[in-house]
Amino acid sequence: MASKTFKSGVMAPEFKKQTRGKEIIDIAVPRRVILPLKEGPGDPAKPIVKKNDEVRAGQIIAEAQGGWGLPVRASIGGKVEGIVDIRNASGQSGKGIAIAGDGSMDLEKLEPLGNDISRFDPEAIAKRVQEAGILGMGGAGFPTHVKIMPPPDVKIDTVIINGAECEPYLTCDEKVMETRPEEIVAGLRILMRALGAKKGIVGIKSHKKKSIKLISEAAKDFPEIEVNGLVDKYPMGAEKMLIDALTGRRVPQGGLPFHVGVAVNNIQTAVAVKEAVLDGIPLIRRVVTVTGSGIKEPGDYRVYIGITVEELLKEAGGMKDNAAKVVAGGPMMGQALHQLETPMGRADTAVLVMTEQESHLPPERPCIRCARCVDHCPVFLNPITLANYSERQNIEGMERLKINDCIECGTCSFVCPAKKPLVQNIILGKGIVREAQSRNGGSD
Amino acid sequence: MATDKLVVTHAPHIRDRDSVPGIMGGVLIALVPALIAATIVFGWYSLVLVAVCAAAAVVTEWVWMALRQKEAKAIVQDYSAALTGVLLAFTLPPTTPIWMAILGSVVAITIGKQIFGGLGFNIFNPALVGRAFLTASFPMAMTDWVLDGTSTATPLGGAAATNLELFLGTIGGSLGETSALALLLGGAYLLYKRLIDWRLPLGYLGAVVVLALLVGEDPIFHLLAGGLMLGAFYMLTDPVTSPLSRKGRWIYAVVAGIIVFMVRVWGDAPGGVLYSILIMNMAVPLLDRFLPDRIFGEVKAK
Repeated sequence: MASKTFKSGVMAPEFKKQTRGKEIIDIAVPRRVILPLKEGPGDPAKPIVKKNDEVRAGQIIAEAQGGWGLPVRASIGGKVEGIVDIRNASGQSGKGIAIAGDGSMDLEKLEPLGNDISRFDPEAIAKRVQEAGILGMGGAGFPTHVKIMPPPDVKIDTVIINGAECEPYLTCDEKVMETRPEEIVAGLRILMRALGAKKGIVGIKSHKKKSIKLISEAAKDFPEIEVNGLVDKYPMGAEKMLIDALTGRRVPQGGLPFHVGVAVNNIQTAVAVKEAVLDGIPLIRRVVTVTGSGIKEPGDYRVYIGITVEELLKEAGGMKDNAAKVVAGGPMMGQALHQLETPMGRADTAVLVMTEQESHLPPERPCIRCARCVDHCPVFLNPITLANYSERQNIEGMERLKINDCIECGTCSFVCPAKKPLVQNIILGKGIVREAQSRNGGSD
Repeated sequence: MATDKLVVTHAPHIRDRDSVPGIMGGVLIALVPALIAATIVFGWYSLVLVAVCAAAAVVTEWVWMALRQKEAKAIVQDYSAALTGVLLAFTLPPTTPIWMAILGSVVAITIGKQIFGGLGFNIFNPALVGRAFLTASFPMAMTDWVLDGTSTATPLGGAAATNLELFLGTIGGSLGETSALALLLGGAYLLYKRLIDWRLPLGYLGAVVVLALLVGEDPIFHLLAGGLMLGAFYMLTDPVTSPLSRKGRWIYAVVAGIIVFMVRVWGDAPGGVLYSILIMNMAVPLLDRFLPDRIFGEVKAK
């Protein structure tokens, strides 16, 4: 099979051997979870339980607010401890509902929509996906029901399932592809039905032969679905890059996938959609990768949403003595945690534990203008100049060089031989530009 | 471990192995074939000149970094000063006196690099600044082409030479520029290791070939003669003094090629390569400013 790709990007090391090939480990029902009220870009949910209330697993404990909002469902049965202050993985503070588990998993299910996907009402699918609390499980956390209800003048002809998993170290999606291919295909068909899309594509790195074989087999009765191999390159899983690679369409500047008639969903999102629609199971569990040289038992764990990083690390055998850095997410875009009392949300893909030696970055040197950041940037920006403008707070310059087009993938910092914190400065620069724009009365 | 001691840094948490010293060291390795060729053609004094220039450049860099109260040791370890010294030596006639070579290196590092703020901030290729200074100050010594103990003209200066002699480098000329074979070997290494951008030598050499064909000169002779190969693979490609955008890099290389050809065919001074690169170095900030690459998904301006 010919591998598809996009222009530029970087061949990053994989680091996936630690967890590859092992079976998914189901963890025991945790004794405590914290469910964040806000995940993704929607409004925070509004709690409808109070301290000491008994809750069942799957029960709604906070109601969705606004068109992009999602309900929060209890992932375990037990007693509400209260509404607590939390810090999410990016260090932003918010509220969450803490539940002390009683070990029960008497799941409150929804009514399945039926069996015949081709007869489902698109609006009923969107409603179900929303009430099941489903969002983009690849990391961004964008509400899935918003993706499948585009503006009325937009026509989506292609649904892509993103199996690229381009972050080094991560294997959770790979494991789901290897164990639940039929459900991925069913989820894709439901999403295609909801959008009226004629074509479905599953994009998988070409070297993951097992995943490609299993999903191709699962999709063999559906000629409208194709499985495409992808070149092993970072950031292949970035939405815009993946669409370019698979369809040759380029999302316009400042645009979204629907502007080119495409909707992209993660592997685990597809499974969650299938479970919500066909089985009536809300999104309360997911598979995460726990890995790195600093963890004793690396593996892919099926967890309950809201488990704290601290408890999850204990499940994975605990940290080694030389562990020094804990990253939520992959090594390219993940955030280093300040504290381990951080809940794993629906969009959190992994926990990476790095050793003391790996944790400190190499010393910075002067930029030699080698232009590697320019040559590798997947959106063709000029990262070094943007980073310099950011340091000097040159707002006009940052706007001229389209700082807001940066997808924050970190490729520039990764390739920089001078070890400059390029993406870090660009992200800071975006904040400076945003602040200046809002000062000028919101004009752009 | 104690969780209050978590290391917190910004993503990405892994970095590529390549480093600034690695890149500079790689270019030095790529210069080894040309150094061997120079030693065979011009004798052991070539090695002495190269070593003297490199040492003088490193010492000058170290003194300046100390005066500027920078961490001198770490900076000098990046091999960039040594590279400047070696490249300067490659542009010198094989009879250059030691003191002149040292003076050239001091000027290259001081005027070519440190007064702009050191590595990464210089506008001109430092080695070529050193060479231009020596050419202006000692024009006789800088055109004293000796081969096998007798003074001779260079092929560009009118001496007869076959293209094979030019290719192997058994002719009069500057120390490191005569053997196209050795320079191409090193150039292939640079391209293979992705230490230089292929657009630069291709645009530069390509422009010379096209112009030679247009005016009816032998393109092979122009490719092999003089310092064109050395300039194409080692001087024009200096990352610090070449453009950041791909579009800018094409213009930079092609215009430099046009300049070198014009100097050779219609000018009467030597040093076309030297001045073509120094002139285009000046254009780099403009190219960067006005020829940015098109951004992903950018809508074509109407």
